Amino acid sequence: MNPAPSIVLFTTASGAGYGMLFWLGLLRPLGLVPQGVAFGLIALGLAVFLITIGLLSSMAHLGHPERAWRALSQWRSSWLSREGVAAVATFLPILLLGLGLILGWGALTHLFGLLAAAGAVATVYCTGMIYASLKPIRQWRHPLVVPGYLMLSSFSGATILAMTAAYWGQAWAPALLAALGAAGAFWVKQSYWRDIDGPAPADAPTIESATGLGAIGRTRPLEPPHTETNYLLREMGFRIARKHAQRLRRVALLGGFAVPLALAVLALLAGGTLWPVLLLSLATSCALLGLLAERWLMFAEATHTVTLYYTGR
Amino acid sequence: MTCLPEIRPGQKKLGLVIDLDTCVGCHACATNCKEWNASGHSGPLPDFKPFSAGAEGVWFNRVHSYEAGEGGEGRTVHFPRSCLHCETPDCVTVCPTGASYKRAEDGIVLVNHDTCIGCGLCAWACPYGAREMDEDEGVMKKCTLCVDRIYNETIPEAQRQPACVLTCPTRARHFGDLGDPDSAVSRLVAERGGTGLMPELGYGPVNRYLPPRRTTSVDPGPQEDAPTPLDVKNPLLRWMDKVLSR
Ligand code: SF4
Ligand code: SF4
Repeated sequence: MNPAPSIVLFTTASGAGYGMLFWLGLLRPLGLVPQGVAFGLIALGLAVFLITIGLLSSMAHLGHPERAWRALSQWRSSWLSREGVAAVATFLPILLLGLGLILGWGALTHLFGLLAAAGAVATVYCTGMIYASLKPIRQWRHPLVVPGYLMLSSFSGATILAMTAAYWGQAWAPALLAALGAAGAFWVKQSYWRDIDGPAPADAPTIESATGLGAIGRTRPLEPPHTETNYLLREMGFRIARKHAQRLRRVALLGGFAVPLALAVLALLAGGTLWPVLLLSLATSCALLGLLAERWLMFAEATHTVTLYYTGR
Repeated sequence: MTCLPEIRPGQKKLGLVIDLDTCVGCHACATNCKEWNASGHSGPLPDFKPFSAGAEGVWFNRVHSYEAGEGGEGRTVHFPRSCLHCETPDCVTVCPTGASYKRAEDGIVLVNHDTCIGCGLCAWACPYGAREMDEDEGVMKKCTLCVDRIYNETIPEAQRQPACVLTCPTRARHFGDLGDPDSAVSRLVAERGGTGLMPELGYGPVNRYLPPRRTTSVDPGPQEDAPTPLDVKNPLLRWMDKVLSR
């Protein structure tokens, strides 16, 4: 599948934003992040900024962005529509959380924070389900795709929240979560890659079932239907060379997860404000770069059944 | 509405039956499809760089050629691929706007180009590659089963058939109601053992493909001991052999 930059940016940025919102909403009532108004507003502002650039970037992917509001209508059947509804609905508790912080609503602010956290989980879950529900794409139907989306979002969100909290010298809780998230993300992605590298399941479609010619025997393409490319080949036929994929996997695993894990642990051990700020800023940059590589691969390594018709594979 | 219409017994299921035994791979169906649909319900259909290298555009029908089987059993099969107007297609249910829909009255799957946002998700959800984005207009396009011909009262009745069916020089394409077990197309499918594509994905494709007929016996090739024209030296006998073996 073609890794469109707008979609790669969307899942990375919005994913991190929702993860940050989730942890902010959850940790603030527990007193595990700085309690002041300034921290609350800055962290919330950063999360909303990430969410919004992601959503805007995903709209740039549309043929008719001005009609995007229509996408809220089919939540009964469509995960993309549900994602849109969840994303829009989450802005309400975000707004109330912001107001509560400014006007000092106390316990009510905590309630809105928790609601925003729930909205964040719902939105990221819907994003994962958009991919996990596509039957023609074997690598996306995988049971680890939705947990992967949730895990990566919570990991990157915790990392950015930890970086922000470090300026207040109170980063230990989000930094610990970032370290745990990095370990979880490492494990999820490694298991996922090991699985999709294995042979296709026995009931996976083949060129024989795609053409119905299996009764005659082994089938292979002889002449293509067109000599130039087309939308299908550009969108669904995109494939990455194995050796590039391996290199990018290493970038994601080491740069994206292992290095931030180590930096978060160092930040936990280091005292004061300066070192945690530096270490966690570096962790954030690595995590985001690694995630861009991982999101890109998520598309580039996925194969669609339409290529059976063109290449037999 | 992108929820699928309820499946009722005796439901009308308009679709195509394609005979892979007689299809010669001439691409006439694809060409006439493009011709009709460029100005019909889905028109215009884009063509980029039409007169230079890299020419490409939106087509609703693509004719592949395959080699199936080995040795003497092996054969070349031409294979037109277009929308199968599936009974339970995800291309409809994934659509966030309701632009992609399946008609309850005849089962045709269509896109409303006035409400489509061009997100492309339906093309990802179609296993058969039957949807192509019109990158000029920013909306999805696909086979309409010539909905603007088959019910069109301004054209002679005999022409109220999909353009691909009308144009096929070997009559390899048939159109009709596959929901009615007594229709001509359903009987043809039953007689020839027509199959649906990728049934394992559960989309319930309506179109059927008739498999190439089995060749009854494989030609054993020339017999070693039969005299060939070159073995016969007498010119008169050679002439007679030529005349008689015509
Ligand atoms: S062939 Fe593809 S586009 Fe046509 S109905 Fe089936 S899933 Fe939808
Ligand atoms: S491209 Fe159009 S028809 Fe297809 S899913 Fe998106 S909005 Fe629906």
